[in-house]
Amino acid sequence: MSSNFKAFCSEFKAFCFEFKALSSNFKAFCFEFKVPGYDFKAFCFKFKAFRIRGASSGGKLPSAKEIFAPFGGGALSLSKCAGASPGAMCQTAPACAVTNENNQSRGRAINGNEAIKMVNISKSFGDVKANDNISFSVNYGEIYALLGENGAGKSTLVNMLSGIYTPDSGDIYVHGKRLRLASPADSISSGIGMIHQHFKLVNVMTAMENIAIGQEHGFLFKKIKVKDKIEDICSRYGFRLEPEKLVRDMSVGEKQTVEILKVLYRGADILILDEPTAVLTPQETERLFDILVRMKEQGCAIIIITHKLHEVMEISDRVSVLRRGEVAGTVNTHETSPMELTSMMVGKKVTLSIERPPVKSDEIMLEVKDLSLVDRDGIKKLDSVSFGVRGGEILGVAGVAGSGQKELCESIQGLERRKRGEILFKGDNISHLTPRAIFEKGLRISFIPEDRLGMGLVPTMDLVDNVILKDYYLQKSIFLDREPARQRAEHIVKMLNVHTPSIYHPVNKLSGGNIQKVLLGREIDSRPDFLVTAYPTRGLDIGSAHLIYDELNRQKERGVGILYVGEDLNILLSLCDRIMVMFEGRIIGTVDAATATKEEIGLMMLGEISGGVKSND
Amino acid sequence: MIKMSARTDCSAKESAAIRGGAIILALVTVSFFIMILGHNPFSVYGSMIEGAFGTVYRITETLRKSIPLIIASLGIALAFRLKFWNIGAEGQIMTGAMGATFCALNFPDLPSWILLPMMAAASIICGGIWGAIPAYFRAKWRTNETIFTLMMNYVALKWLTYLQYGPWKDPAALGFPKIPGFSQNAVLPTVFGLHAGWIIAILLVIIMHLFINHTKRGYEISVVGGSENTGRYAGMNVKGIIIYTIFLSGGLCGLCGMIEASGVNRTLSVGITMGAGYTAIITSWLSSLKAPVIPVVCVLFAAMIQGGTFIQMAFQIPQSAAQILQGTILFFVLGSEFFIRYRISFIKNIKSEEGE
Repeated sequence: MSSNFKAFCSEFKAFCFEFKALSSNFKAFCFEFKVPGYDFKAFCFKFKAFRIRGASSGGKLPSAKEIFAPFGGGALSLSKCAGASPGAMCQTAPACAVTNENNQSRGRAINGNEAIKMVNISKSFGDVKANDNISFSVNYGEIYALLGENGAGKSTLVNMLSGIYTPDSGDIYVHGKRLRLASPADSISSGIGMIHQHFKLVNVMTAMENIAIGQEHGFLFKKIKVKDKIEDICSRYGFRLEPEKLVRDMSVGEKQTVEILKVLYRGADILILDEPTAVLTPQETERLFDILVRMKEQGCAIIIITHKLHEVMEISDRVSVLRRGEVAGTVNTHETSPMELTSMMVGKKVTLSIERPPVKSDEIMLEVKDLSLVDRDGIKKLDSVSFGVRGGEILGVAGVAGSGQKELCESIQGLERRKRGEILFKGDNISHLTPRAIFEKGLRISFIPEDRLGMGLVPTMDLVDNVILKDYYLQKSIFLDREPARQRAEHIVKMLNVHTPSIYHPVNKLSGGNIQKVLLGREIDSRPDFLVTAYPTRGLDIGSAHLIYDELNRQKERGVGILYVGEDLNILLSLCDRIMVMFEGRIIGTVDAATATKEEIGLMMLGEISGGVKSND
Repeated sequence: MIKMSARTDCSAKESAAIRGGAIILALVTVSFFIMILGHNPFSVYGSMIEGAFGTVYRITETLRKSIPLIIASLGIALAFRLKFWNIGAEGQIMTGAMGATFCALNFPDLPSWILLPMMAAASIICGGIWGAIPAYFRAKWRTNETIFTLMMNYVALKWLTYLQYGPWKDPAALGFPKIPGFSQNAVLPTVFGLHAGWIIAILLVIIMHLFINHTKRGYEISVVGGSENTGRYAGMNVKGIIIYTIFLSGGLCGLCGMIEASGVNRTLSVGITMGAGYTAIITSWLSSLKAPVIPVVCVLFAAMIQGGTFIQMAFQIPQSAAQILQGTILFFVLGSEFFIRYRISFIKNIKSEEGE
């Protein structure tokens, strides 16, 4: 979705400056019009007068709503494909009668009915089944947790509730009525409020303006009325907020408060929070939980998406565990244990056997010492990370998304410039070299990044041009000889069985699996000494994935050191020699893959066991 | 409700049909406008074609108008390939022309085989620097190049005005603010009835095509334009690439200024660009940034301008009518891009269905 949005933006940008050119032509046109004696200004003036007359004869000025009404549909669907920009969303959001609807639903809440029921919901994206026959229901006055690994389908599921996606099949009941939520506006008007992980607020506006945006339909902004209403909500649920504070001056926790207030202001009594604590400090988390509990007592239905186990245990009443788009189980929280949830989350059965040849060498090939990284916003992404990888060893990296895996990979590759600490490759410190400098030293570190089309491949280029990417500059002539690349592209297509109409096909028109094969093929074909792979089998079918595991094992036998960042614990356990678990930028522990269990790793991933089981190396 | 979804399956045939349809729709739309003016659209369109290609003189005029468009479009296309929205061609043409004029005014007696290359070099450097300034800021601090290059146009224009009204004012013009005419040595020779700029334009089209598609530098530009992160990943000096590419882009526009000053006007004035810097944005976009297509589109646009001048005389309608046609065609073609990239479907807007 975001790539669509990006494409759309760039198109729009392009369009804007074309428009500029046009407008200069238009200027010229106006000028010409004056020459033959026609006064354009007079015309404008007349037009204005006409408009004013028209408006005053109507008895009242058209409200902003009327002016925008014809654009409503368009702006809305735009927001849909553009990731639901708040402005567009609010513009079309009908004024939820806070008073009426709230009272009604609160009335129902006392009955203990189901606020939301999803029945047999399925949703696919291309070949990938994101949700498969999912059913669950949430009662009024209940906090319901959705737990699952990355890519288990949690976000897809709630995005169907918030109207961003529509299900392929299945029914959604809200307040006992079967609804078709075709857009976020539908969802909002039926009392569902979604609090996204990434806030959708206008930074230069105050909290109050952000909350009231698109909600007040009069010509004037009735500040006092809005403020009263906000204060009313605040006191009811125990929020602390300065309505006049600018959003850009707010802490993350305050911004989240504004987000929550925004949906409450619109009269939502069903709240969905997508990983609300991911960005909060422990104190802020505690305050949020207090508020959630109070909201629950007031009869709201709350769905909270998380992969933090202790939070589920702490706050939720019931929990559904999702695994690979299916409900692995629904339990009452007080009747379950973290252990049981973990095993539901990671699954029991191993899918297919993967070979694990023994590690031959004892020599440490890549050593990372005390690597720390603070990103542009001052957030610590890596915190004194130290580990070593031997030649011919696959070191797995487990952890929930955003635990520092991406930063670690990019640091090793030389792409991160803000890091501190040492990276020793066969004894050489390479921590301050650029990717090309590393390449020129004769060290072949191949990197298969997480976002293949964003980094690693040029989406609009064909296979040949993508294959030549890393070593084109070694050619002597100023002209580019594509012949060797053509041969290599053909070799890669044959070796990894890439399905493509031809090697001159743009890679962004290939399927995800084939894109990955092109990238992996290029990196392996360069005969690397060390391979960094981030989720190399994400989005791939089992057959292609195993082709890639086999290829990694072949590289391993060649003596290549491999850092394998993965998400499927079954695969990590059967492919890797050791598994390092990351949590919030730290290494929480390293386990021997032959003896470790999924439950053990699962708990470590959630930060449950600090220190963990150190492997003996 | 209208639902939009991205599509990637648009075949070349389909997209050509969509674009062609857009042009026809534009012609139809402008027809209504022409009818409002009280003329028969068919005869107006017909005489536009006649006005652009009817006689040898008219063809020459059309081609003469297309030369600056072609060269500036090449420069702009280069920047756009990098996704650097250089709309500063206008200013780069002016600074290039200023550089060339500086040489022409200061060394009027040099033999033309020295003077002309010198003027060309000066124009490329001046235009290049004018482009490289925003490029530097973009690469270094991620400033918005669209606004920056646009503003640079006005700065260049004011400089040019200052020179024309101040230091470079022709003392022989009795106070009339004009820059002196070039000496014969500073004027591009005429080849087949048209100044030699057309040879330069053709050469540049070929060079540009080779450069983009068959050199390492051209490849780097395509990579960085396709994905800056991938460029970094491959170890390219992304900032350097941005700066020198935009230098080249500005340099080409600068050269365009030199050709206009030397080949057409034989002097410099504030009207030197004739809006070529803006029109070239349109033409390079319409030719999908492909060098071989640029001359075709530019000649068509020049024909529209030339034909517009003709209908002004023939039908007493303002030349702006032709500009409206240009603008409308652009509007429709750009609008049609949307239909190439997105599929529009209509879905029923049912807000709620009562439970069965």
